[in-house]
Amino acid sequence: MDEILTYAQAEPAGTVTYAAADGLLSSVWLLVAIPLASAAILLLLGRRADRWGHWLGVAAIGAAFVLGLTSFFQLRGLENKSVELSLWDFITVGDLRVDFGLLFDPLAAVFVLLITGVGFLIHLYAVEYMAHDEGRRRFFAYFNLFVAAMLLLVLGNNYVMLYFGWEGVGLASYLLISFWYGRPSAATAGKKAFLMNRVGDAGLAIGIFILFATLGTTQYDEVFSSVGGLASGTVLVLGLLLLLGAAGKSGQFPLQAWLPDAMEGPTPVSALIHAATMVTAGVYLIARSNPIFSANETLQLVVVSVGALTLLMGCVIGAAKDDIKRVLAWSTVSQIGYMFLGVGLGGAAYALAIVHLLAHGFFKANMFLGAGSVMHGMNDQVDIRRFGGLSKYMKITWITFMMGWLAIIGMFPFSGFFSKEPIIVAAFEREGWTAWLFGGAALLGAGLTAFYMTRLFVLTFHGPKRWTEDIEHPHESPKLMTIPLILLAIGSVGAGFLLATSVPDWLTATAGLGGEHAEHAAVLPHWLLTTLSLVVTVLGAGLAWALFRNGTATAPQPAGVLVTAARRNLYTDAFNEVVFEKPGIFLTRALVFLDNRGVDGLVNGLAAGVGGGSGRLRRWQTGFVRSYATSILTGALLVVAAFLAVQAGWLA
Amino acid sequence: MSNFPFLSVLTVAPLVGALVVAFLPRRRPDLAKQVAFGWSLLVLALSVVMWVSFSADGDRLQFRESYPWIPTWDVNFTFAVDGIALVMLMLIAVLVPLVILASWHDADASKRSVPAYFALLLVLESTMIGVFAAADVFLFYVFFEVMLVPMYFLIGSYGGHQRQYAAVKFFLYSLVGGLFMLAAVIGLWVVGGKTFDWQALTQVDISTGTERWLFLGFFLAFAIKAPFFPFHTWLPDAGRAAPAGAAALLVGVLDKVGTFGILRYCLPLFPEASKWFAPWALALGLIGILYAALLAVGQSDLKRLVSYTSIAHFGFIGVGIFAFTTQAGTGAVLYMLNHGLATGLLFLVVGMLIARRGSSLISDFGGAGKLVPLLAGVLFFAGLASLALPGTAPFVSEFLVLIGTFTVNKPVAVIATLGIVLAAAYVLWMVQRTTQGTLNPELTEVKAMHRDLTLREKAVVAPLIALIVLLGFYPKPVTDVINPAVQATMQDVGKTDPAPEVGSVQEAAQ
Repeated sequence: MDEILTYAQAEPAGTVTYAAADGLLSSVWLLVAIPLASAAILLLLGRRADRWGHWLGVAAIGAAFVLGLTSFFQLRGLENKSVELSLWDFITVGDLRVDFGLLFDPLAAVFVLLITGVGFLIHLYAVEYMAHDEGRRRFFAYFNLFVAAMLLLVLGNNYVMLYFGWEGVGLASYLLISFWYGRPSAATAGKKAFLMNRVGDAGLAIGIFILFATLGTTQYDEVFSSVGGLASGTVLVLGLLLLLGAAGKSGQFPLQAWLPDAMEGPTPVSALIHAATMVTAGVYLIARSNPIFSANETLQLVVVSVGALTLLMGCVIGAAKDDIKRVLAWSTVSQIGYMFLGVGLGGAAYALAIVHLLAHGFFKANMFLGAGSVMHGMNDQVDIRRFGGLSKYMKITWITFMMGWLAIIGMFPFSGFFSKEPIIVAAFEREGWTAWLFGGAALLGAGLTAFYMTRLFVLTFHGPKRWTEDIEHPHESPKLMTIPLILLAIGSVGAGFLLATSVPDWLTATAGLGGEHAEHAAVLPHWLLTTLSLVVTVLGAGLAWALFRNGTATAPQPAGVLVTAARRNLYTDAFNEVVFEKPGIFLTRALVFLDNRGVDGLVNGLAAGVGGGSGRLRRWQTGFVRSYATSILTGALLVVAAFLAVQAGWLA
Repeated sequence: MSNFPFLSVLTVAPLVGALVVAFLPRRRPDLAKQVAFGWSLLVLALSVVMWVSFSADGDRLQFRESYPWIPTWDVNFTFAVDGIALVMLMLIAVLVPLVILASWHDADASKRSVPAYFALLLVLESTMIGVFAAADVFLFYVFFEVMLVPMYFLIGSYGGHQRQYAAVKFFLYSLVGGLFMLAAVIGLWVVGGKTFDWQALTQVDISTGTERWLFLGFFLAFAIKAPFFPFHTWLPDAGRAAPAGAAALLVGVLDKVGTFGILRYCLPLFPEASKWFAPWALALGLIGILYAALLAVGQSDLKRLVSYTSIAHFGFIGVGIFAFTTQAGTGAVLYMLNHGLATGLLFLVVGMLIARRGSSLISDFGGAGKLVPLLAGVLFFAGLASLALPGTAPFVSEFLVLIGTFTVNKPVAVIATLGIVLAAAYVLWMVQRTTQGTLNPELTEVKAMHRDLTLREKAVVAPLIALIVLLGFYPKPVTDVINPAVQATMQDVGKTDPAPEVGSVQEAAQ
């Protein structure tokens, strides 16, 4: 069995097989069906479900979590820990056979637990958070729809199923970002997210076409079994296309611009979709496709570069933002950069990336919900320059947010320490100068993360009050909101150690993820790297504390080149506008003109020509017998002449 | 049951219904509507029986009937259907009752007779069924041209702004195409041994030059009908002027005669010419996908916008047909069905919006979701189907077209894939400008804009939504019917699917 499981990059002849699901595991389809059915009920019943709809939504995710947990324990007992469930033939045309099928293996299982577990807590929180919104039922319908699509994404047993869920979460994300569709900014943000995602999706789709054209299949087991036979160039192109899809969904360079704008949605959306689950789908895709990515070193280098670049971009921009949700959004971009770095490094680092993904799911959801709690108490204020001193008024939010903050900056013994530090070490384990480049970037990122997250934390909860005048006494949020915060905070503290020790072993049973460990020794000793990462963290955090413990100005401050650039998202939005948006609008207008005047003008011109010609011809019908007689004579002469010509053979 | 003369009965039945409706008194409009609706339901019921009786693994052409018409020229009333035509007949049978239901009040405001409107819809149904059921080239041509007449009156008499201009343009443009086809039909009769029987004509050998000219004659007519770039400009005008129900039938079914004709006539009768012209046809399809999508983004009128999306979709169908693989071909036919459902729904919903607002200009809307949330939701759903989101039927067909094309022509497939990004752009921008954002104050003053979907309107959209979702998750019943017909067509052209580039995977995995 081991040969099969540790197939990885080395042996192209290795085969991947999955057992058929039976017993309790044959009901894994319910994981997708339950939230989907709930979403359908909520949408179809309409206002009739307004009174209890949100509880149905919570219950559906709760049931999915329980089912996910029992399935997870069932899986532990199995030898190769992977079962497949074919539901029906989705597409069968010629040689193309796409199964509507599911795969429940260790990788899928940890995602299911994250999605339904963290998702359940966020649903619970949203019951209270959305209590005063008239669209709460609709909100829970979209929320459930999202969970169903996300579960299909991670549970599919082939790339088409993945794409199905992939676009499904894109739709749910669109619906939730533009949930308050009456606001033009929300509608625009939703559209932007969908469009940028579709660019990535197009890449993923072409990747799937390549798989079918070269391997004749899109099923995971068959693809992973035969990917070794592909030419190196094909693998590179295929991988780059999958990476484009992953970058779109995960907000990585160059498709990162939609993610911060997505904060237009209600805060629980940011916690569930744009922190804990959907944005990690790109990481899932690369981890799932590890036999492809491990088969080409250039490809891995590209993934690592995208990860390193994005993680630094996220830090730099995050440090310059004043909107609490946008800072968190850019920190998400940055943290997913770490995960891309991890999956790009390959080998054992795949598992490290997944561990960081799980840990991040907890602490980032925690902080987003914390931010929502702060906004709840502060009349929906999001500007951190207008907070300060909230630790006295919102004790639970303060303490729980602190856990998240310590976790994300990687302080020992919080979860980020156990999940991020190994990625930094792994980056230093590359060969030659790239170890210094990527290791250095990861280390620098750790320091910057500590700086901007501490800035956020201090400006929000400590220092002098800088509130707007309408706020007198901020209140702590109700229990339904604080309980999920507390549970997630416990996760932020404890999960790291637990995850870091158990998940990598558990994941080795996933096809391809059991590759050999630690190919090279790090360029620096392990203890030194650990110390270094702790030192930069303390330095970054200390600097921010010193700078911001006395608050900050409430008005925008003049800034140097770098900070101005960071405030404007390093001009990436400006670039998109100049290179794509403006020319696109111009092209559209030009084409409309061309079509109306050119193409249709030709048609109408032709018609007018015929009409005009007929008008002239009509004048020949003068009504005078003499002119008719002339034409009859001319015609007769012509006919006779023609006959003579034919008779004489002149035309032969 | 397979001996029952389904096709002739299906062709004649709506015509009889039309006569009945037309002779109903003008002051009893409701009776006319009810009779027309009931009649179309009977046609639907009979079509369902036919669908069940069709055996997917059986002969290529089934339910064949033939009655002599003009013996001197060997013209016969010959009917027969393959899987492709069968699917189109089902589409007609499903759409017509829904269109009648959706058009319930469309003719009320007109000065013309209300019963005549519904009679025209039934005449249109009869000619549409006839054109897909014909297996005699001359009969096909006759239906192809006669079909224009009811649509001409639907647009010209009951349409909106600039209806006369649009109706005449539609009629003349199609007629010009039809004349080229007539010339080719006569040419085919001459070189094909003086017969119009489709099956006999497929056996005829034609010299290369003649074959190309004949192909062009047919292709031009079909390219105008579909329409393909650059013969498309009549459609936005007609789509905008036509009443919403007629517009749904126009793009949903009538235009499919073009692509159906290519599959039924161009490919099997002129296989060598089809292959010779394929690069040009692919180019036209590709241009259509990108060009029409960009134009759709730039439209300021809802119905013109939907018309342009339709032209882009026809680009996909064209690419699918001329890629000559099983997946792309099946995808193209499935696309014809799915596009009929999705764009049909889109036109009907847009019509409901326009009927309320009294304007089809996008700028006259804005924030309508606040007033008519359900209608806005259905519009959004129709938009999602139009951009081929997985879970809706058009995804399967678009995916099949692209993946099938990719196996033989990578650049074409890759460029066509860009179309899915543009589709998202035109759909979402349309949705944003009409239903999202700040509520347009003028909208609140229009009384009708405060009334969400009525029961009748729900009955129109619900079956379409259900079908789109059902076929989005389980397209097999339809692909199983289409597949043999497409494979037979590929054999006619002499093309086979390429093998995967790397070994046989299925065997390795077993």
